[in-house]
Amino acid sequence: MATTDLTTETQVKFAPLPKESPGAFALRDCALIAIATGSRAQNLKELHDRIAIIESACIYYHFWGGLLRPRFDDPDFRNDFAIWARNDMHDETLAERLAIIDPTQHATLDGLRDAVLETIEGRLEEVEAAGWQRTASAFHFVRSQIVVFDTGRVIQHPEELAERLPRLSLGSVFYHFIDARRRVPERVDDFRVWLRRWGDRYADLCDRLAEVDYYFVSLADLRRELAQVLGEYFEIPPDRQREDDF
Amino acid sequence: MSLLESYASVAGSEVVDQLKQLGSQVRGAKVVHVNSTRKGGGVAEILDRLVPLMQEVGVDAQWEIIDGPEEFYECTKGFHNALQGARVPIPEHRLRAYEEANQRAAERLRPQLESADFVFIHDPQPARLLQHCPNRKGKWIWRCHIDISRPYLPVWKYLRRVIAGYDAGIFSLSDFAQPLPFPLYLIAPSIDPLSDKNRELDREESMAVLHRFHLDADRPIVLQVSRFDRFKDPVGVIEAYRLAKPHVPGLQLVLAGGTASDDPEGEAMLHEVQAAAGDDRDIHVLMLPPDAHRTINALQRVATVVLQKSLREGFGLTVTEALWKGKPVVGGNTGGIRLQVVNRHTGFLVSTPEGAALRIRYLLRNVLERQEMGRKARAFVRENFLLTRQLREYLTLLVGLAHGNTDRIELA
Repeated sequence: MATTDLTTETQVKFAPLPKESPGAFALRDCALIAIATGSRAQNLKELHDRIAIIESACIYYHFWGGLLRPRFDDPDFRNDFAIWARNDMHDETLAERLAIIDPTQHATLDGLRDAVLETIEGRLEEVEAAGWQRTASAFHFVRSQIVVFDTGRVIQHPEELAERLPRLSLGSVFYHFIDARRRVPERVDDFRVWLRRWGDRYADLCDRLAEVDYYFVSLADLRRELAQVLGEYFEIPPDRQREDDF
Repeated sequence: MSLLESYASVAGSEVVDQLKQLGSQVRGAKVVHVNSTRKGGGVAEILDRLVPLMQEVGVDAQWEIIDGPEEFYECTKGFHNALQGARVPIPEHRLRAYEEANQRAAERLRPQLESADFVFIHDPQPARLLQHCPNRKGKWIWRCHIDISRPYLPVWKYLRRVIAGYDAGIFSLSDFAQPLPFPLYLIAPSIDPLSDKNRELDREESMAVLHRFHLDADRPIVLQVSRFDRFKDPVGVIEAYRLAKPHVPGLQLVLAGGTASDDPEGEAMLHEVQAAAGDDRDIHVLMLPPDAHRTINALQRVATVVLQKSLREGFGLTVTEALWKGKPVVGGNTGGIRLQVVNRHTGFLVSTPEGAALRIRYLLRNVLERQEMGRKARAFVRENFLLTRQLREYLTLLVGLAHGNTDRIELA
């Protein structure tokens, strides 16, 4: 499908920009590649000790990589540590405690690492024997390398974002809605940062976006939900906000 | 319509758009893939599509092959078996044949390889080319398509020396890898949705295949597609069918496959399967030629449930193929099957014929749930295991290697 030049199209379709426009939204995209570290853990104690020393890129991968790599989106748990605790250690208690850790609530990956370690340490204190129980499948530590690139496309108006959202790549959705929370000082997504520049005009929309819980859905579902929120707000007819049919 | 555009109708236009964007970051890069065959086998199948797609996104991609005398292939087959654990030493004269074949290929390919920005060497066959290209300017990547987690050590020690000088490696799963002195990228295999094995088929064509093999369209069909190999457990599949049959009297079982010419056990296994099938007219043991892609495609489409009850498995692309056709899979709890079959979402993982029988009955009984799992299965493959994803990861890797070993690369 041919690439559309969004800048020229915007001039025609949308209302004129206010005199003091908050500027265009530059669409970026990202792709992730996984790199094996060779480090693995076969019981909870080993998992703890490896997490304490692995590169922070491993922490990033095991919390966020699941969204960008080939994997079934676990409907219950998002991070790999929690999934391993449930599937391979059969420790539901630990799995639930690990699963509730919200990576966006930690300013640094080391802070996130500490949260994981504290959770495991708590479990090791409760059930000492669990630390040495060998699992059938090892936990393989993997680190990520993420490539962020400019798409060369800009969006001038929020309504245009609403139209384009269903066709954004999943990498773009990840970069602007999830990864942003680690980059932006307010720890919110890029869309809200941009919308806030328009003053109070889109305050309601920002509130609605704030309610989107991205943590338990796949990127494809997240894209659908965001498109729905924006589509309803701007009352975009379905034919202007069409996803490709498959 | 370009090849790349034709994937947009299957994978999504935004996916193709992203590939173009990513490709523009490495536009003009000279990439050479080297393997040992242009036809036959999974590697050739992938390269046959991947190389033209790389070209379409702006990469100057080429594909070369290495060949040699019979002794060369005997040696590389020995590598293949030994890397997967067979304790078979390789005689010195075969190693010499392997080294000479690589040296001869290097004489022919050296200018191209030494000037390339990236060279992908697939599997051990061409791995020694690196030693013969001392003035190489680009990055060399060893792409290992097999599981070498438990290799026969004497052979692995030899090969480890051969590949030690590479800049990076690629494995399908982290479980398949060995510690090596360079970064090991993980890129899972994929299926080509436009190939004969996976493209959409007319219902008439599927029905014709069904009639050709005397299958009844009105009764449920359970299918396993795989070589007649002990690790695929075809006898266990028959056992599962027999356990399910009293509860589903109309059940039909199709075991479709062949025996590889390089597999001396294949014939014996086939006879064992035929003996286990006995005179049950509802068990269909089909010996198919290696190029029966459309037949397999049709069988997967007419099947009610697909099995892959392997005891050991590499990635298990037959599972991916079935999921792509909207079929839930009852799969052995091993290898890459575990990555694809998610209990109650895309199928069921089982460890015994009894478990397989139970899940077959469950899926046949619960039609709506089966259909929902089939829908999820197709979406899962669409998002994760199509060739477009593999191309994206190759392009990401190229960008990554070009920009150094940092965790995050921000391009303008």
